[in-house]
Amino acid sequence: MTDTVNATNTHTADDERPLLQIKDLRVGFKTQEGDVTAVDGVNLTLYRGQSLAIVGESGSGKSTTAHAIINLLPGSGRILGGQILLDGQDLAQASKKEMESVRGRKIGFVPQDPMSNLNPVWSIGFQVEEAIRANGIATGRKEVKKRAVEVLKQAGLHDADRRLKQFPHQFSGGMRQRVLIGMGLAADPQLLIADEPTSALDVTVQRVILDHLESLTRELGTTLLFITHDLGLAAERAEQLVVMYKGKIVESGPSRQILENPQHPYTQRLVAAAPSLASRRIQSTGSVHAAEQSMGEDAGAVAGDAIDLIATAEARAEIVEAAASKPPAIVVEHLTKVFKIRGAGDFKAVDDVSFQIPKGTTTALVGESGSGKSTVAKMLLKLENATSGKIIVGGKDLASVTGSELFELRSRMQPVFQDPYGSLNPLRNIGNTIAEPLMTHNYGTRATRRERVFELLDQVSLPRTLAGRYPNELSGGQRQRIAIARALALKPEILVLDEAVSALDVLVQAQILRLLADLQAELDLTYLFITHDLAVVRVIADQVCVMQKGKIVEAATTDEVFDRPREQYTKDLLAAIPGANLKLGA
Amino acid sequence: MPSSRTRPDQQHYVAPIEETPLVAIDSVKAEGKPTNLWTDAWRDLRKRPMFWISAALIVFVVIVALFPGWFTQTPPNNDCQLANSNGGPTEGHPLGFTKQGCDIYSRIIHGTSTSLSVGLIVTFLVAVLGIAFGAFAGFYGGWIDSVLSRIGDIFFSIPYILAAVVIMSVLSAYRNVWVISLAIGLFAWPATARVLRAEILRVKNSDFVMAATALGVSRFRILLRHVLPNSIAPVIVITTISLASAIVAEATLSFLGVGLPSTTMSWGNDISQAQTDLRTAPQTLILPSIALSVTVLSFIMLGEVVRDALDPKARARR
Repeated sequence: MTDTVNATNTHTADDERPLLQIKDLRVGFKTQEGDVTAVDGVNLTLYRGQSLAIVGESGSGKSTTAHAIINLLPGSGRILGGQILLDGQDLAQASKKEMESVRGRKIGFVPQDPMSNLNPVWSIGFQVEEAIRANGIATGRKEVKKRAVEVLKQAGLHDADRRLKQFPHQFSGGMRQRVLIGMGLAADPQLLIADEPTSALDVTVQRVILDHLESLTRELGTTLLFITHDLGLAAERAEQLVVMYKGKIVESGPSRQILENPQHPYTQRLVAAAPSLASRRIQSTGSVHAAEQSMGEDAGAVAGDAIDLIATAEARAEIVEAAASKPPAIVVEHLTKVFKIRGAGDFKAVDDVSFQIPKGTTTALVGESGSGKSTVAKMLLKLENATSGKIIVGGKDLASVTGSELFELRSRMQPVFQDPYGSLNPLRNIGNTIAEPLMTHNYGTRATRRERVFELLDQVSLPRTLAGRYPNELSGGQRQRIAIARALALKPEILVLDEAVSALDVLVQAQILRLLADLQAELDLTYLFITHDLAVVRVIADQVCVMQKGKIVEAATTDEVFDRPREQYTKDLLAAIPGANLKLGA
Repeated sequence: MPSSRTRPDQQHYVAPIEETPLVAIDSVKAEGKPTNLWTDAWRDLRKRPMFWISAALIVFVVIVALFPGWFTQTPPNNDCQLANSNGGPTEGHPLGFTKQGCDIYSRIIHGTSTSLSVGLIVTFLVAVLGIAFGAFAGFYGGWIDSVLSRIGDIFFSIPYILAAVVIMSVLSAYRNVWVISLAIGLFAWPATARVLRAEILRVKNSDFVMAATALGVSRFRILLRHVLPNSIAPVIVITTISLASAIVAEATLSFLGVGLPSTTMSWGNDISQAQTDLRTAPQTLILPSIALSVTVLSFIMLGEVVRDALDPKARARR
């Protein structure tokens, strides 16, 4: 960067001219129903060396804004009006040719999904070199290769020279994201746009990558614009915050100010519903109750109880205290699952796992991808057989249960899965989907089943008219409610929630968490809550089992795990919750 | 650090609430008629002219096949007079005459039902065998898959025209619409089975299948209720197109002289008989060929539009 400003000369003209200025940007998409405006009058200003985060839920137009800057709008999207000034050059009017010289050289881009953004048939080295050549940074084979190694080392791949010849599948998700960051920064651009750069990664990896990205951009003086759905993350990583809602900016300004004093009701909702912020707040104030008080009267009132996570946590805390001494609903002892992998021998997915869940409480099974937490869930639901060990549900050992006994047991234990788009049969209407368990278990007559379906729809706060509709008309959160209703149809005692809220937007997630808490109080349900997100655990769980590589490394009550984590791994997970450096409510 | 300073134009900004009114979180928007894949596909089809053109042609062909008497009073065989051999159009005989002196128009009209019957019977056979083999192989996996898929591979490795030629030569005494359909259909199903198997493998790993299993729904019922309905769309497309190729196959076999006996009215037979006079009387060959092409084309076109309508990705591209 040219403007390394010394202390005496902070007001150079160069410094005062914004690097990126977006004026009244409007972006639309052509659909069968006509033009839909996705970004509607967005203004933002970004100075050199600053970092800015755009926060919003899916469909808020945050990614579309970012893609409009580099003119990479998908499909039928196009800029309808406004200006995008990069150093005075209007990118909204730029030709294809001009844009090509801007991309990479002036603006670097780090895409969201490291798994699909590297071409699997070319080596990493080839792809990085291609980026370098395309931007004309170096010519000649040796020079290009030298620069590629340099770029990757800079991105944190220390053995880059050795790994150039390797292919994407030989890299982990975090490594791939490093490669993509390296490619984004290869030409030393003035502006780096990162679209949810870490949301596909495990939490601990996420933190390391973000730390690295932050120090790297500071070192190079690169201006950073990043997109995220996590308000806590945005506030922690960026100086400037822009909150988008339905294609418009609802609030913008310095992150701290917005976080401490959110003005727009939508921002207030986001603050109340962000699990990372809620868990930090509970942590910093010492208890759920104190956190609720510190939030103040007005914040909760504006946000509404249903999405205020701390209110949810408090509501739960009261009920569950009474339940703690109850007998266990589930006992898992020395549970082990070994998968045979062709040519690679055995793989122990679950290794000697033991835990108990008292009736009417929630136990969270926390771990990163590949930790074996979902395999435990599948064995508990008897969708997978255990290699050894015991699972006792309602006094019966699952291993010995077959036939009609198993059929009966299934009605007492039901799952809710992660992907709201995959867990409902798209060709069956909602009423039939919810009624299926009733039909399967010969519950009542047609009329009583219909009555029960309506009752369940009421319980998950959905209108009865939905019974005749199909899943494709519903949002992710609504589908998840239907999945919960289906799971509740047979009045089970146990729900296995396998990442049941992970795929949802924060506000919807907060709503579903509240629904789950209310249902637990009402129906005395026992939850096994499987998640990768410790922040959510703080709000919803009574006990926590932390899993790593198939083993439970730490198990205790939620308060203990958060206040006095014993294992380094647990500490790492806790530290990975965004917002560690934010002062909240204390 | 200068960069962390907030510039005057970056002060805390709050949009007026009137400009960005809040709506209820995750409110239910369900208006109009309920829609699913099939209703959406139908809505999409209705807007395509290609669908209406092909559907109209198919309806027309079906009517001709069912009620040839509505279109011509001339009997196709009895009225032939060699004096009219390869003759041009005359009053009451709009398309002229074949080498045998038969009315071409009448023969085309009366040949329609043969072609269509063969097409329908073969398609039925292909669908039944293909769905049974594909569904069981894909859904149950393991040794069932190995056995069924290998059987499919054996049939797949023999070109169905070749197999049909062999069968028809052996069964030369029993040449009729049923036998020729069986001969074609028996070797044409593996493609359908493969497509369905692949689709079933994809669908059976869905969460809704896992949810049904956790409910205690039996395997067979899961296959029938959840997996098959979600895998059937490509089979519908492929069977529409296989109907067209079955009609072509019948014509081919008849052309080669191993199809239907010359006493049975069939476009393939007429084309076969006309080939010797291609230079002197091209219309005797071209006219039945046009009838064949139009019928085949309309089924292929229908298959194409149905595929586009059922494929949400193709829909998103437009």
